[in-house]
Amino acid sequence: MELAIETSALVKVFGTTRAVDGIDLAVPAGTVYGVLGPNGAGKTTAVRVLATLARPDGGEARVFGHDVVREADAVRARVSLTGQYASIDEDLTGMENLVLLARLLGHRKAGARERAARLLDAFGLSDAAGRQVKQYSGGMRRRIDIAASIIRTPDVVFLDEPTTGLDPRSRNQVWEIVRIIVAQGTTVLLTTQYLDEADHLASRIAVIDHGKVIAEGTPGELKSSVGSGSVHLRLRDTAQRPAAERILARTLGAAVQSGADPLTVTARISGSDLVAAEQASRALAELAHAGVTVDDFSLGQPSLDEVFLALTDHPATEEVPA
Amino acid sequence: MSTATEQSTVYRPAEASLNAVLAAGEQPPRPGALSASLTFGWRAMLKIKHVPEQLFDVTAFPIIMTLMFTYLFGGALAGSVTEYLQFLLPGVLVTSVVMITMYTGVGVNIDIEKGVFDRIRTLPVWRPAALVGMILGDMFRYTIASAVILVLGLILGFRPGGGVAGVLAGIALLVVFSFAFSWVWTMFGLLLRTEKSVMGVSMLVLFPLTFLSNVFVDPATMPGWLQAFVEVNPITHLVGGVRSLMAGTWDAGEIMWTLIASAALLAVFGTLTMRLYNRK
Repeated sequence: MELAIETSALVKVFGTTRAVDGIDLAVPAGTVYGVLGPNGAGKTTAVRVLATLARPDGGEARVFGHDVVREADAVRARVSLTGQYASIDEDLTGMENLVLLARLLGHRKAGARERAARLLDAFGLSDAAGRQVKQYSGGMRRRIDIAASIIRTPDVVFLDEPTTGLDPRSRNQVWEIVRIIVAQGTTVLLTTQYLDEADHLASRIAVIDHGKVIAEGTPGELKSSVGSGSVHLRLRDTAQRPAAERILARTLGAAVQSGADPLTVTARISGSDLVAAEQASRALAELAHAGVTVDDFSLGQPSLDEVFLALTDHPATEEVPA
Repeated sequence: MSTATEQSTVYRPAEASLNAVLAAGEQPPRPGALSASLTFGWRAMLKIKHVPEQLFDVTAFPIIMTLMFTYLFGGALAGSVTEYLQFLLPGVLVTSVVMITMYTGVGVNIDIEKGVFDRIRTLPVWRPAALVGMILGDMFRYTIASAVILVLGLILGFRPGGGVAGVLAGIALLVVFSFAFSWVWTMFGLLLRTEKSVMGVSMLVLFPLTFLSNVFVDPATMPGWLQAFVEVNPITHLVGGVRSLMAGTWDAGEIMWTLIASAALLAVFGTLTMRLYNRK
């Protein structure tokens, strides 16, 4: 198995903050690799080091065997970066941006225009080609950013939080684009704050917290280590809560948590999604049988917060180092 | 569901056309240093096209400077405005253009802030190309500012003895110096965190540099310690050189001095800029 990205004991320090604190990654070529973590976990810093934008203070990082410090130019020839911190010029039109980048990648005038026009067409932006990028919607903006990253078909694309702030429809479009790019053999390193995004796209996920990898594996492995989901109940009558807790504990065989709200009960389920759904419906039947009135019932995937709680015993706090 | 019909709502990623783009052909060879720099220069031109307001500082500002100093000091210092203008105009030209160079630093800082720099820095091109291109675009702005001041000067009564050739040579010397001097600002643009602090530092450097020179008055009237500073100030030599070229008297010493100062500025601040650019 060829590795597209390989890091060992990678460290990047800002002042007294160890933004990246000894990260080991091994990303197989031709796959989507998810880097999951809250704001300030060190995801973006790690990507910046891999994309040759920041020098590591310790450890090593290689992209297709090329060292990101000593062979930065060889790495730059194979990667491209898209994200909130690597953007195109808002003052220029979509067309001008793509032509500019195509020219910088060596295309001649006519070739650059042709390449830009084909990309705009493939990303559904032909009508907006002559408009300044600052007038684009969030979804269009993300698409032109990705288009700019594949002007020269790269071996590795870094997508830094590509769907943060997007509406669900635009998010689905980005996911679809990512799938198509990977199917063509490009490796994608995706950072995200959303477990379901990593789950949908990535074949492996590294969970990062305080600059360290705290868990690594396939989405399935990660979820089963956390429990595949939680059942949330909202009761009509606080008096029925002890009964509801008893029934959930018995049918699900799981820890039951009583929220601050006296009407809610939460229980974590382990096992696969299928088992979880089956267990949840059995619990629901038992509750009805026992005469417990349930106003609201939901079966949810574990949130990032729950993953973090399970892995680190602390919630995914919003700490952003300067 | 809503009445707003925006393109993104109808876009479906088309696998076939995306695949075709991704698979398309061989990769072109990497562009040379000059070609990459000129492409970035083209970007600067595009920005002027889309945001023409940014030419305000190379048109209105020099006009105000010229009018203000001509009429403010003209009568008092030389007895007559027209007479003072022969002395002052090359100096005002230098002051205005050198002051405008600071926008290079502001531009660098905005690019960093907006994330444009990060994308540029991941491109496999000649490293200084982005900054060289940016300054090439600024040289166009310096030329506009020079032309504006010159035309205004001619209207007010400036009569350069060096003729067309002398005037063009004077502007060329000024633009060459400004190109080199701009690297001071690219360094600050990379070094400082905000646009505002870049502006602040620029003013702190530019005011003493332009005013403590021979632009407005003859240094012979100054106290000794001030004369000593004025004597080593590169702006003094630049103004001396431009004045002599426009007057048709070609002061080889001052011109030489200016070119040496330009080379030194480029060597020192170009190197520092590129070090910051690579380390950032």
